[in-house]
Amino acid sequence: MGGFPILSLMLLVPLVGAIACLKLEAQAARTVALLATLIDFALGVVLWANFDIGGAQWQFTERHAVFAGFSYALGIDGIALLLIMLSVFLMPVCIGASWHSIEKRVGEYMAAFLLMETLMIGVFAAQDLYLFYIFFEAGLIPMYLIIGIWGGDNRIYASYKFFLYTLLGSVVMLIAMIWMANAAGTTDIPTLMAYDFDPKVQTWLWLAFFCSFAVKMPMYPVHTWLPDAHVQAPTAGSVILAGVLLKMGGYGFIRFSLPMFPEASAQFAPLIFALSMLAVVITSLIALVQHDMKKLIAYSSVAHMAIVTLGLFAFNVQGLEGSMLVMLSHGLVSGALFLCVGVIYDRLHTREISRYGGLSINMPRYALFFLLFTMASIGLPGTSGFVGEFLSLGGVYQVSTWVALVGTTGIILGAAYMLYLYRRVAFGEQKNADAAAMPDLDLREYLMMIPLGLAVLWMGVYPESFIAPMRADIAALDARLARAKPAYDGKLQIGKGAPAGESTAHEGGAEGGHH
Amino acid sequence: MDFAHSLRLVAPEETLSVAGLILLLVSAWCGDKAARALSIAAVAVLVGCMFLVAPALCSGAMGPDFSAFSGQYRADAFASFAKLLIYGSAAASLIVAPLYLDRFGRTRAEFPILVLFAALGMGLMASATDLLTLYIGLELNSLASYVLAAMLRNDGRSAEAGLKYFVLGALASGILLFGISLTYGFTGTTSFEGVGAAPSAGLSHGALFGIVFVLAGLAFKISAVPFHMWTPDVYEGAPTPVTMFLATASKASALALTMRVALEAFGPQAHAWQQIVIFAALASIVVGALGAIGQSNIKRLMAYSSINNVGFVLIGLAVATPQGASAMLVYLAIYVAMSLAGFVAVLMLKDGDGNPVEAIADLAGLSRTRPGLALALAIVMFSLAGIPPLFGFWGKFVVFEAAVQAGYVALAAIGIAASVIGAFYYLKVVKVMYFDEPADVVKGTSDWAHQALLIATTVFISPFGYLLTKWLGDLAHVAASALFLAA
Repeated sequence: MGGFPILSLMLLVPLVGAIACLKLEAQAARTVALLATLIDFALGVVLWANFDIGGAQWQFTERHAVFAGFSYALGIDGIALLLIMLSVFLMPVCIGASWHSIEKRVGEYMAAFLLMETLMIGVFAAQDLYLFYIFFEAGLIPMYLIIGIWGGDNRIYASYKFFLYTLLGSVVMLIAMIWMANAAGTTDIPTLMAYDFDPKVQTWLWLAFFCSFAVKMPMYPVHTWLPDAHVQAPTAGSVILAGVLLKMGGYGFIRFSLPMFPEASAQFAPLIFALSMLAVVITSLIALVQHDMKKLIAYSSVAHMAIVTLGLFAFNVQGLEGSMLVMLSHGLVSGALFLCVGVIYDRLHTREISRYGGLSINMPRYALFFLLFTMASIGLPGTSGFVGEFLSLGGVYQVSTWVALVGTTGIILGAAYMLYLYRRVAFGEQKNADAAAMPDLDLREYLMMIPLGLAVLWMGVYPESFIAPMRADIAALDARLARAKPAYDGKLQIGKGAPAGESTAHEGGAEGGHH
Repeated sequence: MDFAHSLRLVAPEETLSVAGLILLLVSAWCGDKAARALSIAAVAVLVGCMFLVAPALCSGAMGPDFSAFSGQYRADAFASFAKLLIYGSAAASLIVAPLYLDRFGRTRAEFPILVLFAALGMGLMASATDLLTLYIGLELNSLASYVLAAMLRNDGRSAEAGLKYFVLGALASGILLFGISLTYGFTGTTSFEGVGAAPSAGLSHGALFGIVFVLAGLAFKISAVPFHMWTPDVYEGAPTPVTMFLATASKASALALTMRVALEAFGPQAHAWQQIVIFAALASIVVGALGAIGQSNIKRLMAYSSINNVGFVLIGLAVATPQGASAMLVYLAIYVAMSLAGFVAVLMLKDGDGNPVEAIADLAGLSRTRPGLALALAIVMFSLAGIPPLFGFWGKFVVFEAAVQAGYVALAAIGIAASVIGAFYYLKVVKVMYFDEPADVVKGTSDWAHQALLIATTVFISPFGYLLTKWLGDLAHVAASALFLAA
């Protein structure tokens, strides 16, 4: 492993940018923010290029004991690598999306976003329990400010709800973390991932972590902060919220709950399945009746995240890989969909679906991209959505056919609400003169849409690029989970295999044997 | 232990009292004209005393060698830790006071002298190892504080604060003294060592009552629920520099005293008082958090916040372990820094005529009119709420870590869940400053002393504070072990 601290550098670049932005006036702040995020993206590409697939599990590790009680330890495996890539890929797009739509207090806005980027990368790169917690919690502050200062009309309510909901979930996790560090005698995440806690204790620890990750994810009964936060946040805030922040919940399950508490995870798998099934059906139905575009996509996020949790708790390689792919794909697709909403919101300043219509006539190129992302959200083969959903539902099918059946309705309902949305916005008559007069995409919007569209297609056509880095890590996780794997509910029995020819005649008692 | 040795050990107290008396004479001679010079001299004396006490902490002084006057007084690392906080925050209060007091007529010459005597009493409280030394220190501190709270004689609220503080403080002193007399009656001694050693066979009912009354009296001083009622009124009414002094130095000394009494004098009977402290801790957290929600005055808000924070410190006491004590000291140091930053920021809020601004609503849009000040106040608020990566989180973290290590997982879980309620009102201040349209009330600039203090304390509670965790943890550990060695 090279001694170059590339992860620290990736944390530092946006942080320095953030401090600089605070002092700069609007246009300079935009430029600095874009530069910082692009540099970070370039570093991310370097990171991926130098990531040794099949090499050591933890790469680019750094460790400095500068604090009492915990250390500054960074390092990534394939799972973290992909999520970091997602973060650094979406950030320049977010800055681009805010280029014109944010007019007031631009410097502070850009600073908040760059700080957010540092913290997101920190969450995925942290190898120390407490360092992870600090990054995980600290993300609340910039997001609270982003929603509260630059959000919509009801932004204050939404920002409070976001902050307090997530905080309440996380503090309980902190107590569990302290307990774990105390019992295991280390705060090192890789060591803890191999540490066997007493199954009785695991139950409590799992529940404490669940409090935090279920809120972050968000899972069904505690998802209500998400639609509010999404609707009120500025476009780029929604992109980052849906694209990356929700993934922290899934990452938490895959990094903490599953490997550290395998028995408890198996014990609570039915709970996860139940909540996820409820989420898939209920939130999809709610999405179907929304009048507000952002709210519709927010509810669809909850439904997609439910498929992630289904796959994660399937306890097999397909389920886990599928979940990771759904997370990555959803990060791109929901981010892109929020951008699509943002594009027309910037022009007409409303998110009411009924105010639009027939956009494919005056904005054909916009309609093309919107269609691509709609299809990806539905999970059309050839787009990123298909691979992940197919794999995770396939994984679930090996555990429980019923759960898989209910989970699959999410795809059907997803097609229903997304196509319905698309029809109302892009097709039909041009009911509203002002909507009909909107210009098509400009260069800036092209530059945001094209990379997202390409990434969605790439992941759909050749998912191997994304599965390869994490294959070994998923396999290791699967091996770790093997001892707690729940039994398959299907009553399949392997028969003897009927020999050809005359022997069928002798076995008259078997079903279908009589003529 | 010879007398000269004892006198050497109490050098900081001697310096403070002699300096206080000299300054008193000077003030009698020169009157209020000399107030400025007296303030500067008093700050110099306090800083000098910090240098006097620091070696004991750095060298890890503990044990009978550092006990003076036949066990009446102890100059160990623990006392030094507390005294550094006390003298430091007293000096900070003196630095920011003149500008404020000048608004209400001239700064009175008594002010720095009273602060010196109060600091002397507080230092005695931190060093007391005898119930009577304790009481002398407490009264010296309290009497000076009552006068300080009523310093603005023409202001009704200040007079009310002073009177209220005095009446309730006298009641608490009475309760404390009653507890002391019970403890003495049933253990036959007033020294902490003797009290700790006496009822090893089991606690008599009388001694148990003694513990309860002593703790009740001390709970008043640290403004723990259910003896917190005076806090909001006194904090609001007292002149802001005095409020700052009460919230930092007074709080630190009272907590240090409570720790010494609970862990040293009543240490062997921890089971007898743990339930009381657990109740006080959780009740303080909840009442402090709920009470603050409806407040519209920033000083009242800080008062409830201090009640809330005392609850977290008491969690460290409730576990009655060296880790808990060391966590309390870390929390205390961070809390003192947060309070100093908070009150200095409040002092810097002035309207166009230079009058102090205290209504939270008047802070609206501060982030646009005074971005630096708003940022500092926002850091203080997030830090008080215990949101990482700000340093306030570390204080809560070490306290809860100590609780979990001692097996009090439920206590930690309830305490931390209740801290979320507190986050709500801290967020409210940030919301007003950052989300609301500017009210354009806060005007004017501040002098360099305020700014320097604000910057120093804000940097300490910012994420940079984490670089000090090792150093702070080591010092607190040394100080806490001094406490447990003696027990």
